[in-house]
Formats: sequence, structure tokens, C-alpha cells
Amino acid sequence: MSVPKKLLNDPNACAAELLDGLILAYDGQCEKVGKASIVKKSIPDGKVALLVGGGSGHEPIYHGLVGTNLADGAACGDIFAAPSPDIVLDATKAVHRGNGVLFLYGNYAGDVMNFDMGAELAEDEDIEVRTVLIWDDVASAPPTKKEDRRGIAGLVPIVKIAGAASQVVESLDELERVAIKVRDNTRSVGCALAPGSIPATGKPTFDLADDMVGLGMGIHGERGVGEIPMCSADELTGKMLELIFADDLEFASGDEVILFVNSLGATTHMELLICNRKAREILAEKGIIVHQTIVGPLVGCQEMAGISFSLTKLDDELKKYWDMPCQSACYSKMEGRQS
Amino acid sequence: MAKQQLSVDETVAMLDAVADAIIAAEPELSEADRNLGDGDHGLGMKRGMEAVKAKLSEGGFESVDKVFMAMGMAMMSSMGGASGAVFGTLFRNGGKALKGSETFDAAGLAEFLKGGTEGVMTRGGAKPGDKTMVDALEPAQKAAELAVSLPLSEALDTTAQAAEAGRDASKDLIATMGRAKTLGEASIGHPDAGACSVAIIFRTMATFAAGN
Repeated sequence: MSVPKKLLNDPNACAAELLDGLILAYDGQCEKVGKASIVKKSIPDGKVALLVGGGSGHEPIYHGLVGTNLADGAACGDIFAAPSPDIVLDATKAVHRGNGVLFLYGNYAGDVMNFDMGAELAEDEDIEVRTVLIWDDVASAPPTKKEDRRGIAGLVPIVKIAGAASQVVESLDELERVAIKVRDNTRSVGCALAPGSIPATGKPTFDLADDMVGLGMGIHGERGVGEIPMCSADELTGKMLELIFADDLEFASGDEVILFVNSLGATTHMELLICNRKAREILAEKGIIVHQTIVGPLVGCQEMAGISFSLTKLDDELKKYWDMPCQSACYSKMEGRQS
Repeated sequence: MAKQQLSVDETVAMLDAVADAIIAAEPELSEADRNLGDGDHGLGMKRGMEAVKAKLSEGGFESVDKVFMAMGMAMMSSMGGASGAVFGTLFRNGGKALKGSETFDAAGLAEFLKGGTEGVMTRGGAKPGDKTMVDALEPAQKAAELAVSLPLSEALDTTAQAAEAGRDASKDLIATMGRAKTLGEASIGHPDAGACSVAIIFRTMATFAAGN
């Protein structure tokens, strides 16, 4: 297999170079703190802080979700590797405004260990930290073992809503409660058509035959439900949404949802829109009301081909936070239902 | 010439050799990880060991515990990821158990492995049989415990043999931790990449102590 053509300088310096570029793309709204953290410049005193983060290489998340009514900062690891405890500590200190810090990130062993060590270091400096793990991938473990599930693209609506809530709530308890609520009302499923590659080696992160689809596969190529023969957009969309509907969270007629159709990288916007067409047809048949749609490549794995669907079920409180405007390098929206 | 024990400077030289061995093994470690994870274990370990070499070259270590702990901190902060956390913990907690020691001998090896293995299991939550580095580490710890009265070179040799046997046995295990856990039975047939690194670490230490 040939090495993908990539625009790189030093293949081992990708994470550092992309972070520099990201900070410049924020045009002064954010700054680099410590070794590899990005932090909003204006965070009001007394605000309950929201910190996200994880390995790099999945851009624009997580570090692109720092912004207005979104996260206050992100701790950034190397490509596909969790940030080290000292990076987490630097970011925590930089976002802390005296009212505690919520860590909100995907449930991967490396992230949990390093963020936990970062939290222990922060607590040594009298900063109160709580953690909410994102585990929206229904294909990664049964509903009875949610703590074994991976965090995938559902992080976008989850961080969006927690970020809005963090502007309004007065305590870390409240922010933790809202983050858990939106996490528990979000379900995602992904698939893989072709692998992405690790920039430093050029090697694919997994192997998949040309005529097969990895149904339920994770964003690093982790095994999901299994491999199925390549099929049409409509058929695959149906199979994927069926996995979400078979899970323990009920989506009933009249429920309002955020629908997020994500590309893992190489899958084109054209394909996402074709899949969105079928997804909306299926949701309409079930009487599920789409409050707002997100279509785009926000949670990627280099040039991996594949899509994911995420559904977040809204109640009045979550809808209020969803409807607040937000702005960042990853995702921006106007007030209400407008994109 | 085979060593009974190592001085602080010799411990630094031994760990520098460990760093070189891991850096040289980067392609095979990454490949081992590609079978089960996303194929970057070797890259993280290499990045960590380059930081270790830089730290060791600064010198000024008063006792052997300080050498191991500096190695752990260098790995933890340069690597990130699950590997940085657990391998950093191995050397940091293992080093802590040697507090104030001016030499590294077979009894020290057993103390290092006891503290380090406990630390890794607490931090990562893995038990023997989960197809992780613990499957090489725990047999190594048991071998070291039985070898406390041997010269260091012989104790390290039996420890390395146990780690290598643990690495090989990890091929037959089903992964239940980390990114490989969703593979289920498909994880059978490949050794765990972290266990491969553990085996290289102790084999290199044994080779150094044997004076070869």
C-alpha cells in the first residue's frame, strides 16, 4: 500500500505545528498555554470552567471546540495519544477562575489515566475538578456496560450543550449534572470504508478489504459490530440508525433531536448529504422531529473514509442550551435553530 | 563481566541502553500494536525514550531511585497516551520503592518490580490475563521475588525470561482493556505491544548486567 500524500514538514512534529496553526486561525481569541494547551483569552472570574481534550489528529475536534459558549480550553496530546498529566494541569490552571473545572472528554484508557493524574495534580493546587466521560458509541459495548463504550462524534453536541450551560450555571455541580444529562441522551454509531494513516509512519491504522464496510468501527479503527459487504448509502444509513434505535435510549414519536452526520475524513460532503436524506426519511417515519442538523467533517481520523450518525434527544433544558449561539474553529451557529 | 550489583552511574548506563533498545525496536512495536490497536505504541515509546536519554545525560543523580523516577517522569510527560501513563508509572513507582539506595541489586530489582507492578495495576486497572503489559510484568515480578539472593545479572536473566514467556503467552489471551478490547476473540494470535516493550526492557537490562 502506498504512503498517503500529505503536506507535512517534520512528521513527528504534526501535533505541535497544527496547534500553532489553530491558534493563529483563532485570530487572537485563544492562546497557547504551557506545552500543548489552547485556552480562551477572556474567561470571566467565577465562571465554572469547561476543559476538553484528547489526542490530536482528529481535527477539528477537540481543540477546535474552544470558543464562545463552548469549551474554555483544551489539553492536546500528540497524534492519537492522550495529553500528558502536565499538559492537563497547565490547561486546568489556565481555565480555572475559582469555581471549579469540569473535564469532559472521550472514554479512552489513555485519556482517563492522564486526565485523572492531571486532576490529582490540580487538586494538590486546590482546584476542584470533576470528570464526565463521553461514551456515545453504541457499537462499542452493550448498554449494560456503558463505562466500556468509546466516545465518538456525539462529543460535538455534548460539548456544545455543556459549553452553553457553563456560561449560565453557578456551580460545578450544576455543570456536571447538565453534562451527564446530555451525555446520557446522546447515541452515536460509526462505520469505516477505508483506514486513515498515522502521519509519522504513513501506515494505515487498520486493514479493511476494498469491498467491505466496518460497521460500528471506532475512529481509530477499533472493532465494532463486524464487517459487512459494501452497500448503498441508503442501506448503510438504515443499518446504522437501526443500531442506535436498538439501544436502550428510546427515541419516540414527537421526540426532538439534534442530528449530526459526520465524515471521518475522506468521505465527501456529497456522500454525507446523500446519507442525511435517508436519515431524515427514517426519522420522519418514526415521527422524530429534527430540531437541528449538523452535516460535516468535524470528528475525523486523517483520511479515513467513513461516516457516523449521532442523535441527541432534547428536553426543554437541553434545547435552551442548544439554542444559544456558539462560535469556534470547529462549529459555529446562530441563535435558535439557525446554522 | 557479570555484575553482582550496579552503582548509580552504571544504573544510568543500563537505562540508557534500555532506551536505545526500545528506540531501535520502534517498527516492530508499532507493528505489534497495529494488529490490536492503532499502531502507534512504538512511536510513543520512542518519543519517551528520547526524552529519557536527554534526562539521563543531565546526570547529577544521588541515588538509584532518583534515576528510575527521572526516567518515569520523562516518559510520562513526553509520551502522553496510555503508554506514557502506565510505563511512566512503572518507573516512577518502581523507583520510589528504592528510596535512597546507592546500588541496584537483585533485592532492589524485586522491590522495583513490586512497587512498579502495583502502581501500573492501580493506575490502569488491568489484571493478569487482560492482555496488557501486566501479563509480562507480573511474571517478571514473581521471578524477581524468587531471585533476590542471586547476583543481579542472574536475577535479571530469570526476570527477563519470565517477561518474555509472559509476552508470548499474551498471544493466546483475549483483550479486555484499552482499544483492543472490542476485538474480542480476534485479538487472539498477537502478543500485546506493551508486553513486548516490557520484555525488551528487562532483556536489555539483563544483557547489560551480564556485561555482554
